[in-house]
Amino acid sequence: MVLMESLLKNLNEGQGGRITRLEGGQNFQRKLRTIGIREGKSITVLATQPLGGPIVVEIDGRDITIGRGMASRIIVELLHEGMSFSTQVQTRPG
Amino acid sequence: MRGCHSQHRYKRGPDEKHNKIVLMGNPNVGKSVVFSRLTGAHVITSNYAGTTVDFCHGHMRVEGRKFDIVDAPGTYSLQPTNKAEEVAVEMLDQAEVVVNVVDSTNLERNLFLTLELLEGNKPVIVSLNLWDETKHLGIEIDVTELERLLRVPVVPTVAITGEGISELVKKMSAAESPTEFRPTSDEEKWRRIGQIIEKVQKVAYKGHTLSERLADATIKPLTGIPIALGVVFLAFWFVRLVGEGLITFVTEPAFELARPSLMGLSVDLGSSGTAHDILIGRLINGDIDFLQSLGVLTTGLYVPFGMVLPYIIAFYLMLAVMEDTGYLPRLATLSDNVFHKLGMHGHGIVTVFLGLGCNVPGTLATRNLETRKQRFIAVTLLAISVPCAAQMAMIFGILGPRGVIYILIVLATLFMVYNCTGLILNRFVKGESPEIFLEIPPYRRPGLRVVLKKTWMRVRWFLREAVPFMFAGVLLVNILVATGVFEHVINLFSPLMEGLLGLPGEATPVLVIGFLRKDMAVGMLYPLGLSAMQLVIAVTMLTMYFPCVATFVVIFKELGLKDLIKASCVMVGMALLVGTIMRLILIGV
Repeated sequence: MVLMESLLKNLNEGQGGRITRLEGGQNFQRKLRTIGIREGKSITVLATQPLGGPIVVEIDGRDITIGRGMASRIIVELLHEGMSFSTQVQTRPG
Repeated sequence: MRGCHSQHRYKRGPDEKHNKIVLMGNPNVGKSVVFSRLTGAHVITSNYAGTTVDFCHGHMRVEGRKFDIVDAPGTYSLQPTNKAEEVAVEMLDQAEVVVNVVDSTNLERNLFLTLELLEGNKPVIVSLNLWDETKHLGIEIDVTELERLLRVPVVPTVAITGEGISELVKKMSAAESPTEFRPTSDEEKWRRIGQIIEKVQKVAYKGHTLSERLADATIKPLTGIPIALGVVFLAFWFVRLVGEGLITFVTEPAFELARPSLMGLSVDLGSSGTAHDILIGRLINGDIDFLQSLGVLTTGLYVPFGMVLPYIIAFYLMLAVMEDTGYLPRLATLSDNVFHKLGMHGHGIVTVFLGLGCNVPGTLATRNLETRKQRFIAVTLLAISVPCAAQMAMIFGILGPRGVIYILIVLATLFMVYNCTGLILNRFVKGESPEIFLEIPPYRRPGLRVVLKKTWMRVRWFLREAVPFMFAGVLLVNILVATGVFEHVINLFSPLMEGLLGLPGEATPVLVIGFLRKDMAVGMLYPLGLSAMQLVIAVTMLTMYFPCVATFVVIFKELGLKDLIKASCVMVGMALLVGTIMRLILIGV
């Protein structure tokens, strides 16, 4: 079993993982948490809208639509092995 | 008993005399349904977040004391992220008791707001709503334990059926503001929620059911977009079918039945004169023409009841079903891409849907957009290119007989105007357009009674608000014609109308009346003997040039004078530009 971190944005439809970190401003993080997107939660990508459109995720049995930009600030730990994509999280200074 | 204040033309605050009970909770947990149950008042409820954008209030009695009960918009926390949530937080300040309506199928997330409320100094009682759905979902909640941990009364409710509501009322006086909850950090609150959930909730995980998989197909782009196109097509086909059907089989026969008595009245009044002109209007070939006579009792009744009402009923039936199934947030997700390019996000489509009924609720629905830029664009586009159901009914009525193609030209033009103006405004209006962030509710089967009730409430609103304006319009036309003001206006604007738009100067008064009621204005085009293409241009202009007075007032209240003026400039400018282009293409120089 390979544990790998990835941006939520880079997951394919049907893939899931556990949220490890949220990035971005205080208010943004708070907004995510209050709607249910929090560290430690399992999250699955249900659908990815084309042309940079939003993604739909399932968390605690709830479906939530979030923009791609937001999804790039949610970091998940993949739970399944054999992921075909390679984008790893870059740790940003600061 | 009162309704939503957003449904009234004049701002009217909650009753100051009585103490307030405020309903607070996450979006789409059924606060408005609880509210209806508590007060017996009828308010609009749907299956999507953000149906209530303003507070509604009504009265109820608890142990002989009269309370003013307020239904606040949904909010995830007490730090608001949009205008609708700001309203909710403002309402909290005035509360004597807070009823925290909680979605029991999603307890963990809902408890964040609950803890925030408990940390405040207002007595709280918790309504564990949607209780029936927990069973299907395999969720078990220990209510006694939850009550013990939160230290306030917790009552399971199924507001839609009324279950638990009397219990909620009974325990209202036991609402408490427990001292155990001191303001803490968000982290601490989440930790505490984790502990509570562990103690009170058991979830027997059930795998994805077939219906859930079907539901997923409507949100995946490959299947979802064709389905969306199909749904929208079906929706409007339904409106046309029902609207036409009601006109052919109900309203037209009814007016034909009334014709003999109206003719009798006409004869009694001497077939001419001031009273005759106002009540019956002008006779066309010796008979009443319901569309052209322009009397209060003929055209003044025929336009709202004979032609517009059928479409209003049909449209709001369709909207109620769309709202209550929970499909609109899915449509918002699928169309987010397009709306983002226009400077909004997917929620824009909800404002368009409501706006197609009436621009006033459409404009109010922009409160769910986050920034001023998004709201300004949404409101302006609505006013400039989204005809309301009343106006559409008249466009169908007048252009339909000339050929469906002409209706399509009008709609295609307005569609292009919406998109092009959006693209331009997105470029030039300063500010940010944040991304979509939206909860998708589970599909629910719309209840027949709820759908009918909601349709009736909106139809009644149309009758109350629109019909007096229609009468006023007919009266005004008669007065302006009699005093010769119209002639003056016609002479003044003739060069503009003829030169730029290729319309006769006689079409000018129509634009004046359009400010009062656009549906009636469209009707006034009928006697002018315009060619089909001229009609196409005229009704497009009528949609674009300016909002009707009701929308105008709401835009002023929502955005303020400065933005209202800016939006108006965009409208007039675009109307003249598009009108000129249409004239060149459709009629030639």
